[in-house]
Amino acid sequence: MKVHEFQAKQVLARFGVPVPKSGVTDSVDEAVEIAKGLGGSVWVVKAQIHAGGRGKGGGVKLARSLDEVRQHAKAILGMTLVTHQTGPEGKLVNRILVEEGQNIDQELYFGIVIDRATSSPVIMASREGGMEIEEVAEENPDAILREVIDIATGMSAYQARRLAFGLGLQGKTVNKAVKLMMACYKAFEASDAAMLEINPLMISKEGDVVALDCKMEFDENAMFRHKDLAEMRDLTEEDAKEIEAAKFDLNYITLSGTVGCMVNGAGLAMATMDIIKHAGAEPANFLDVGGGATQERVEAAFKLILSDDSVKAVLINIFGGIVRCDMIARGVIEAAKNLDLQVPVVVRLEGTNAEEGLKLLEDSGLGLIPAKGLAAAATKVAEVAKGA
Amino acid sequence: MSILVNKDSKILVQGITGSQGTFHAQQCLAYGTQVVAGVTPGKGGQTAVDGQVPVFNTVSEAVAKTGANVSLIFVPPPFAADAIMEAADSDVPLIICITEGIPTIDMVRAYDYVQRKGVRLIGPNCPGVITPGECKIGIMPGHIHKPGRVGVVSRSGTLTYEAVGQLTALGIGQSTCVGIGGDPVIGTNFIDALQLFNDDPDTDGVIMIGEIGGTAEDNAARWVQENMKKPVVGFIAGQTAPKGKRMGHAGAIIAGGQGTAAEKMKIMAECGIHVVESPADMGAKMKEALGL
Repeated sequence: MKVHEFQAKQVLARFGVPVPKSGVTDSVDEAVEIAKGLGGSVWVVKAQIHAGGRGKGGGVKLARSLDEVRQHAKAILGMTLVTHQTGPEGKLVNRILVEEGQNIDQELYFGIVIDRATSSPVIMASREGGMEIEEVAEENPDAILREVIDIATGMSAYQARRLAFGLGLQGKTVNKAVKLMMACYKAFEASDAAMLEINPLMISKEGDVVALDCKMEFDENAMFRHKDLAEMRDLTEEDAKEIEAAKFDLNYITLSGTVGCMVNGAGLAMATMDIIKHAGAEPANFLDVGGGATQERVEAAFKLILSDDSVKAVLINIFGGIVRCDMIARGVIEAAKNLDLQVPVVVRLEGTNAEEGLKLLEDSGLGLIPAKGLAAAATKVAEVAKGA
Repeated sequence: MSILVNKDSKILVQGITGSQGTFHAQQCLAYGTQVVAGVTPGKGGQTAVDGQVPVFNTVSEAVAKTGANVSLIFVPPPFAADAIMEAADSDVPLIICITEGIPTIDMVRAYDYVQRKGVRLIGPNCPGVITPGECKIGIMPGHIHKPGRVGVVSRSGTLTYEAVGQLTALGIGQSTCVGIGGDPVIGTNFIDALQLFNDDPDTDGVIMIGEIGGTAEDNAARWVQENMKKPVVGFIAGQTAPKGKRMGHAGAIIAGGQGTAAEKMKIMAECGIHVVESPADMGAKMKEALGL
């Protein structure tokens, strides 16, 4: 689950991580009031959307007077911000963060992720602040410092010191950086984060260490024990269909093709997309109805697929393990009855109770097209999608 | 012979009184698996699955009374990591966790604990393990399998069934099929499973089914090139997956690559794995590789 920069900073601040003083708003007037309240003579106005690259897209502006705060707030609020992470359609900016300006001396990178290879949290840091870590990894991998965290002990101070010295910090700044890193790790573990990135991590001319920008993602599977974090979810940032899908525990991702797919299991769902492409068509979506799919969920899934106008044909591919094929068939039949079915539907059922499922489909009189085998099903659906 | 489990395996089911636990314990019993015990805290002394299985409050008690040596876990996600650690603490040598949706930090802790205890964990978020004709410990449909000499190892549940279905349709049986699970943190990886198959005199070849994300398949491919004495057929799901949609932001970096299907397939092919582009060709490719 992604959250906005201002929310990530709130979480970090709770754990004692220094962040710039700021205020968040959706109004131009209030933006000016916030700046006044912060004092000083330099402010930063930042668009709050769930995507990186905001600066390059014109969503982050420096203001040297309250008038400039007003101008920038006016320009950014309501703009459609396009960055390399938003896609060409961009994202509407509903909120801005107004922050006190900083006396920047140095910009570093600091991040924490769960590493699959070591099955542990891993901390990454580099002197190349402001740059995307992917680019650094590609161009200058040795510039990234890493510390693998032992989950039983948590992050140790020596690990933070090793990073701080590795980043070339000196004097009192070292201890400040150590404190910040330890606090970040605590925040990461205690809030079930999936990713934490501070880029840039700023060293000020005064020698302070501050999280200037911050991105956090939380583990959705752990949100049951973090009601406060779960409330930070901003549904306007997410795909409407994916939200609808999530209500029914369906895993759905919109794609650009014409063949709608309903599959059980993420791996088979991806493989089904692959074979549709091999058969000469393009998948319109990724949809995993999950292991414990109920009739209700199958019906919801079917509706979701058909709500996409670009869908010219549907392939239902179920290999029953936990899921019983007769139950899937009933869901499909109910949904087909309730919806005005305008596109051909190819159904392939295999595994537990497959024969009963197929018989139910045949007897339904709804014109569903049964197929035997994965390749045959894909060929068939590609063929009918083109004919439609 | 087979790997991990056989007709002598004695299973205890953690979470046996839940609907999934009961249903699948029943299915495992029907396949001929020895399900000797169940564990549900607070329900010790009762029986489950129509009186066929005694229920205990704790894993240690279940193990002491029944000699169970495999634990199959259906405990809900908030409590599943604890269930894994309870089994490990009772020195159950093989723990198979089916539960999907366990918080990652919980799994990092459970994984660490299991490693220190020196027991083996399969999963979580996996279909389990089956040695056809001997025992089924998981949620896979037993009837699509056939005893034989090809091993299957996969990150995906239903895609494993797909491979098995194709093999069986071609008359090729399976030695053991292992679903290692689709989560970022799992107990047993491809290399562990491949190593077991390599050492098993009754396995002639292995189908390995991977997915986009991470570098587990790349590492396994390099291991195969160095060590594997048997043909390996490989497939990677997600060749058409959009970039950046599923993979975390910085997750793949540490690993050094982007974890795309194309990248993985290239490395696998270079390492001598028989890579198929279409998931419909897994069985046929294995037949060809074995010269059948």
